[in-house]
Amino acid sequence: MNHSVAPRAPAAPTPQRVNRRAASTIGLAALAWLAAYNMIQPLANWLTYALLGLPAGSRLGESVAFFLYDVPKILLLLGGMIFAITMIRSFFSPEQTRALLGGRREGVGNVLAASLGVVTPFCSCSAVPLFIGFVESGIPLGVTFSFLIAAPVINEVALALLFGMFGWRVAALYLASGLTIAILAGIVIGRLKLERYVEDFVWQIKAGQGAAALGRPTWARRIELAWQSTREIVGKVWLYVVVGIAVGAGIHGYVPEDALVTIMGRDAWWSVPAAVLLGVPLYSNAAGVIPIVHALMEKGAALGTVLAFMMAVVGLSLPEMIILRRVLKPQLIAVFVGVVALAIVITGYLFNWLM
Amino acid sequence: MLTIKVLGPGCATCKRLEHAVQKVVSDQGLDAQVEKISDYVEMMRWPILSTPGLVVNDVLVASGRIPSEPEIAGWLTA
Repeated sequence: MNHSVAPRAPAAPTPQRVNRRAASTIGLAALAWLAAYNMIQPLANWLTYALLGLPAGSRLGESVAFFLYDVPKILLLLGGMIFAITMIRSFFSPEQTRALLGGRREGVGNVLAASLGVVTPFCSCSAVPLFIGFVESGIPLGVTFSFLIAAPVINEVALALLFGMFGWRVAALYLASGLTIAILAGIVIGRLKLERYVEDFVWQIKAGQGAAALGRPTWARRIELAWQSTREIVGKVWLYVVVGIAVGAGIHGYVPEDALVTIMGRDAWWSVPAAVLLGVPLYSNAAGVIPIVHALMEKGAALGTVLAFMMAVVGLSLPEMIILRRVLKPQLIAVFVGVVALAIVITGYLFNWLM
Repeated sequence: MLTIKVLGPGCATCKRLEHAVQKVVSDQGLDAQVEKISDYVEMMRWPILSTPGLVVNDVLVASGRIPSEPEIAGWLTA
């Protein structure tokens, strides 16, 4: 059968005017966001100490003030950053990414694939068509894996929460080590020559040629879509964030300083692999985990252990393994999990040793 | 009669696209058959890299996103 490509959708009328209105909407929203963000601290203090009348310096008072300050702050940061990330992603597509990766060699290809994995919009239910489409167009297996590892390991919710709770340095460390893991794991998988462990039907598929017209969206449409997915993502995770912060606030107020140094500190060598093992069943629940981990770090848990835990939570998820099982034989899944887990453990040790 | 296919393994976005298509079909009173394709091999007959995909009369019109309702209506009534 001949599958031709559809004509481009008709453009919206007077895009310039629509775009100007979109720009002013963004400007106003940013101002409102900043105003709200700056009101959180005074409001939280007033609520805790004036309205509820809790004595300053008490354990309960500190826990409550911490909670009332952290919840709106983190939710605002989360919303703002998800919006920005989705806007950036609206300029990328898997089709463009495949075209950019076509004909790249190992090394350069892995670096590019991992970087594009961060900015290309991708959901794990698309992993199978994407894998087939990449491999079929001649992109090497290792390069494809660099993309498939970077996309979930660098998780937008995790990035936003790390930025909000730990500051930009830790967020940047997370980004850089996630990229490094994706690049190196992809290179290792490529070197192992595992093509025979890809399900046979993948090599036989003759995928349809061409692509659907993308139709450059207007700015107004980009904003609409970014707003839609921001509401969707925040709507899905806010409860976990609130519960996580509540548990964190309890730890903040009641667990003594340095209580965790011996079990989660840098000298407890086994804490890094234990954190990775613990992280796997908590897949994609970075939202609830990071606030708790933040409180644990105040009490002596080491940064490398924390980062390793985080990346295991988002990067090694059982549902994604099940989806990938459609195109990969169990041996290749095992290598994939093993290489990524090992890379995460090494990253954890590295940061514990460096910091 | 239009044949419309929604390509997707059954995740939330694919279901949302299916609902949107069904809404346009009933709003416009179109004579159309909407089919869900969740088999990957079948899906890969079209040049699709990310789901959901929308196929109208055997032509892939959108992939990897949920088009707006006016956009869908444009393809269905063209």
